[in-house]
Amino acid sequence: MMAISTATKKQAGLTGNSAVAYAMKQINPDVCPAYPITPSTGVVEEFSSYVADGAVETEFITVESEHSAMSACIGASAAGARVMTATSSQGLALMWEMLYIASGMRLPIILTNVNRALSAPINIHCDHSDSMGARDSGWIQLYSETVQEAYDNLFQAVRIAEDKDVLLPAMVCLDGFITSHAIENLTLLEDSEVQEFIGEYRAEHTLLDTDNPITYGAMTLQDSYMIFKHQQSEAMARAKDVVKRVGKEFGEKFGRGYGLFEEYMLDDAEEAVVVLNSAAGTTKVAVDELRKAGRKVGLLKPRLFRPFPFREIAGAMKGVKAIAVLDRADSMSGFGGPLFTETRSALYELEARPKVVSRIFGLGGRDFKVKDAVEVFDELQKIKKTGKVETLTKYITL
Amino acid sequence: MATLKEQSKQEELFTGGHRLCAGCGIPPIVRTVFRNYDTPIVASVATGCLEVATTVYPYTSWKVPLIHSAFENSAATISGVETAYRALKKRGKIPADKKIKFIAFGGDGGTYDIGLQSLSGALERRHNFLYLCYDNGAYMNTGVQRSSATPFGSATTTSPAGSVVPGKQERRKDLTRIVVAHNVEYAAQGSPHNWSDLSRKTSKAIAVEGPTFLNIISPCPLGWYSKPQDSIQLAKLAVETCYWPLYEVEKGVLKVNYKPKEKKPVAEWLKVQGRFKHLFMPGNESMLEDIQKNIDDEWATLLALDGKHLY
Repeated sequence: MMAISTATKKQAGLTGNSAVAYAMKQINPDVCPAYPITPSTGVVEEFSSYVADGAVETEFITVESEHSAMSACIGASAAGARVMTATSSQGLALMWEMLYIASGMRLPIILTNVNRALSAPINIHCDHSDSMGARDSGWIQLYSETVQEAYDNLFQAVRIAEDKDVLLPAMVCLDGFITSHAIENLTLLEDSEVQEFIGEYRAEHTLLDTDNPITYGAMTLQDSYMIFKHQQSEAMARAKDVVKRVGKEFGEKFGRGYGLFEEYMLDDAEEAVVVLNSAAGTTKVAVDELRKAGRKVGLLKPRLFRPFPFREIAGAMKGVKAIAVLDRADSMSGFGGPLFTETRSALYELEARPKVVSRIFGLGGRDFKVKDAVEVFDELQKIKKTGKVETLTKYITL
Repeated sequence: MATLKEQSKQEELFTGGHRLCAGCGIPPIVRTVFRNYDTPIVASVATGCLEVATTVYPYTSWKVPLIHSAFENSAATISGVETAYRALKKRGKIPADKKIKFIAFGGDGGTYDIGLQSLSGALERRHNFLYLCYDNGAYMNTGVQRSSATPFGSATTTSPAGSVVPGKQERRKDLTRIVVAHNVEYAAQGSPHNWSDLSRKTSKAIAVEGPTFLNIISPCPLGWYSKPQDSIQLAKLAVETCYWPLYEVEKGVLKVNYKPKEKKPVAEWLKVQGRFKHLFMPGNESMLEDIQKNIDDEWATLLALDGKHLY
């Protein structure tokens, strides 16, 4: 790891939204079409003030809906621009149609999704039903536990999405209010460091190259549609290695390395929790407390959810006896949350399969406390001892 | 403006070999419009006849860069393209002297109905583009379902001429006036039968820095149940019966571009289209009268506004 002198380190106390807006300012994209929605409004507001003050060269489009936001992102990206936007919840849901078109057209658009519950009933607080609803839309998804991670993920998302082996849109997710509105201390990069890291974006084919006209969004029939989808699927699979490479390089340059997921006390753990975003921080406190009491507990916090690093997760979980996958979203499948079904499927490859249960928690901003995590670990201890799972899937923190 | 002879020698930017129907009004509209540009063009198109029939992979009829993304967002999509042009120009990634004009296409379904919001947004934001609506009066691409542009009385597959309900019971939306209410610098109605009027209007629209709009009637043999060889005649008749008046609104001033010496009865236009066949059955006389009265009223209103400032 390269040593960073403290003189170049910039410390700041920022909310998640401010840090994302600041990262966008440092990226200084060509075009930003955006529409405000709680709790990501702060990102759009702060970025618009950077535009108004001339702190960025970005052309800001104040669209009339999120559907048009993503449509304008697609138009601008196909025209060769580096494009970013931000949204939450119903906004992401309204974009849904266009998310698939962005990825199908292989446009490296960057979107910050500040996670919020989906209606009905209406709720403005955190859960992951919005981004989980978009999990099959062909977007790379990076999740962020802290303000620092959200900030760092944004720069890496640009590199990952624009990589020639990938060329797919990427979504950076952070928890609404819990992370978006909480002030945390973080280390900022210098503008020049950001620019050097992300580099200049040069699209290979653009609509503005009028000497070489191309048709974007052609009609494909039985003879060709599947070929395009196969190529897209292959690109998504390749993204995993690019995420690793970019995360490693980020670490070498700035001292904060990133992988596909974070393992916390997992090496010798016999009971483990798998959970995304801010609840991982709460779970770490529970792990610390239980470790003090001699319990072999640990945590796996996925960072990359799309593509899902199934092989690596299975490898990291080898030796764990009982696992609870905590989902802040219910896929309403009658079989637990989306992170659960993917994780459990990944673990099927293990010769000694652990017991894996699904626990749905924290919907609509319902608090998830250290004691809730401890209760999960206690239940896992029982499962490990008896070898029996009483309830495979259930809601907790009700 | 170039003469028709001169225009006919220009390179076709919208080429043949596409799969639009014989007698479709769309190709002559697109070709006439394209011939009036003196700069490179970038286009967007809403899902619909113009899109599905001209971009069947690996072929394309478009010799200009084209983007189709979805149905309701031709205007929003071109607003992104046009903004990228300004952004990249500002950063010197596109030569400062490179001029590009932007055009968004949509049918009446993609414009009057599902795309109205994104059109309104793009007009309000003052993007530099021309929006062209080809209005064939129904969702023709998916098999002739009614739209808000479908004329009163017309039979479609979702407003069939039944024994109780004889076709569409609602009047069509006046989209051109809705667009004018956005205070655009230029908006007009045109028809493919009058190439010089359409050419002049296109030239005027593309000379404007800001959003402009053309609403062009587009005969559709499939949905109008008419003969392919009659299409241009039907467009002409729509104008001469004042069903589709040719007018423009330039900087707020309305001008009627064509006043027929003798306004033809609308029945002449209706009777040659199968979609209105039921109107000529006994018992439906009042509907025919209603249609004629509506047209007379709308025409009188338009004439009263001729030469006036609308805003």
